[in-house]
Amino acid sequence: MAIKTNKAIKISQKHLLGIEGLSINDVNLILDESQIFIKLNKSKNKKLNILSGKTQINLFFEPSTRTQSSFELAGKRLGADVMSMNMSNSAIKKGETLIDTAMTLNAMHPDVIVIRHQDSGASNLLSQKVNCAVLNAGDGSREHPTQALLDALTIINRKKKIEGLRIAICGDIAHSRVARSNIYLLNMLGAEVNIIAPSNLMPKEIEKFGVNTFTDMKKGLKDCDIVMMLRLQNERMASSFLSSNREYYEYYGLTPDKLNHAKEDALIMHPGPMNRGIEIDTKLADDINRSVIKEQVEFGVAVRMACLKIFCE
Amino acid sequence: MKKQYFINANIMDPHNSLNENGGLIISENGTIEAIGKKVNSNNIPAREKIIDLKEKYIFPGLVDMRVFAGEPGYEYKENFRTLSNAALAGGVTSVVTMPNTDPVIDNVSIVDFLKRRGRDKSKINVFPSASLTKNIEGNNMTEFGLLQNKGIIAFTDGTKTIQNTQLMVRIMNSAKDLGTLIMQHAEDYDLAKNGMINSGIVATKLGLSGIPDVAERIIIERDLTLLENIKCRYHISQISSGKSVEIIKERKEKVKFTTGVSINNLSLNENDIGDFRTFLKLSPPLRKEEDRIALVQGLKDETIDVIVSDHKPEDEEQKRLTFAQASTGASGIETLLSLSLELYHNDSLKLETIIKALTSNPAKILKINKGNLSIDNDADFCIVDLEKPWIVKKEKLISKSKNTSIENKKLQGKVTNTFVKGEELFKL
Repeated sequence: MAIKTNKAIKISQKHLLGIEGLSINDVNLILDESQIFIKLNKSKNKKLNILSGKTQINLFFEPSTRTQSSFELAGKRLGADVMSMNMSNSAIKKGETLIDTAMTLNAMHPDVIVIRHQDSGASNLLSQKVNCAVLNAGDGSREHPTQALLDALTIINRKKKIEGLRIAICGDIAHSRVARSNIYLLNMLGAEVNIIAPSNLMPKEIEKFGVNTFTDMKKGLKDCDIVMMLRLQNERMASSFLSSNREYYEYYGLTPDKLNHAKEDALIMHPGPMNRGIEIDTKLADDINRSVIKEQVEFGVAVRMACLKIFCE
Repeated sequence: MKKQYFINANIMDPHNSLNENGGLIISENGTIEAIGKKVNSNNIPAREKIIDLKEKYIFPGLVDMRVFAGEPGYEYKENFRTLSNAALAGGVTSVVTMPNTDPVIDNVSIVDFLKRRGRDKSKINVFPSASLTKNIEGNNMTEFGLLQNKGIIAFTDGTKTIQNTQLMVRIMNSAKDLGTLIMQHAEDYDLAKNGMINSGIVATKLGLSGIPDVAERIIIERDLTLLENIKCRYHISQISSGKSVEIIKERKEKVKFTTGVSINNLSLNENDIGDFRTFLKLSPPLRKEEDRIALVQGLKDETIDVIVSDHKPEDEEQKRLTFAQASTGASGIETLLSLSLELYHNDSLKLETIIKALTSNPAKILKINKGNLSIDNDADFCIVDLEKPWIVKKEKLISKSKNTSIENKKLQGKVTNTFVKGEELFKL
């Protein structure tokens, strides 16, 4: 299919390690390019040959369903040769270090490596050791840039803009890379960001990022245009960050009652996978008028296609 | 050994309140025969070879209270030979080695082995410390008395902290009975759990778990509270925060104890970690600039007694990992003095304060006759060009491990010669 993509796109970075480090021009380039791929993905023939002859390696050290499949599909639709490596049962288990794995893969001359790793800074380390572009698909609690980009794209397509919107991010901020990337990006694009979490899940000095912090969800949601919920990891209970799921739901779960404090047309977002009945009421999650969770997944592929294209060139 | 004559040096020996231009005569058996302004070319026989130091400084050989040697078990990181060469290049002539080896220094027979190795392979004075608890597990006390009889002068679990308060009481009681010196690494494990760097904006940005300063403070306050009733020789190995300085200052009016600080915490702050620089993963962690300034102030008003290198050699393989996986610690014995001198050159501290914290104060705490230039003592000293500029390059470090926290740093002041028992063992 003959979809025209933007020519001569120039990005200021060699790698996509995080939103931090990107300029507003970089972000706009990626978002504009993504719009084109949204259209392509809705058409009958979804295959392009922009990246034909290029090799993409997906290196996932942490289990992931949507991010991994999204990146894989994105690469394939652009015509790249995609190799997905599930690292939880490979050489790393035999004691190979990340750098050695990087050197090995580098010797195979890939054009781009997509990495997901449980340690913060893993993508930075990898990028120092390989010749190709590195795309961060989530490193520890640090950043998950493509998630923030797809969130921004989703908001823009619904609200036409981000500047001036009031956006709440609610949940386990302390351990969330999604939250960090979103804070950087939404701030950059001119939104007002409210962070809502119990003190035990609020990272130290987060207010220095230029956000408002709330431990009272209702106050934090007041007049918000967007409510972004985060996944609550089960292990947080085991280590006593919280007392129980039901108490968390009572105070920090998104319910119709709490949502009433946000604007009437406020949209609900969630990076998935969701814990229904823990951080979000199941009906709200499925409410087609409020929830844009499915669009987030859909646009995820487009954003990753844009990133692959831009960083591979 | 021939008699040696040095003249025209700036001699600084805080132990003897010596701070004057003068000379030094070393006897045939390597001891100090005469020192000070009375030693000059007029009263040295003309036939003797006289070395004019042209106003370079003479300091007592440094006493470093916190050094990881690598022997036994980690010889690939550092051994006594490489450690002593590195120490000599930094003007350090006496070290207290940490017991965190494999096996742990926790019994009499391993001490015998260590002393033999130290004597055979080391060119500097090695004072091994033994662990407070067996296998550094924090459960059962070691034999302080028997180990002291074998020459152990200090006890510490090194990188570990006594968490159990009941056990701490018992350790302190035994230490009181036996005159034992306890050195505590102050960190509450639960509060510091999974922590990698200071808890705060940098940790939040990098997505790394933080170690709050209260983790240090709680152990210090606990121990100092116990110390009110159990008067033993107690030393806090290293502190890292302004809050700790505050508490120590307050408590020093009530109870007797001493405190150390690592040169890393005096010179660097959390911002230096930058983009996941694993060489700056340290324990205690680097904290805020306000904390660093408070630590410098603590040295100035003598709240803090000692500067240590916290020399922890780690091979590159242990640092070429993600921050979470990388080992903790930095190599630093060679740069201890030069980096300390930065605090003199930038007018933060008086030269005498620095030298005191590196020589006479640690010697006094350890009760060893080192770190001074007294007549008839071993001539352990270093000659220092206080102004000489140089740049730290890891490939030029003598230590077996190159994990310096200050790669490419420009420093001013360098040791040009180091003597142990009158013998010149290092020359730039």
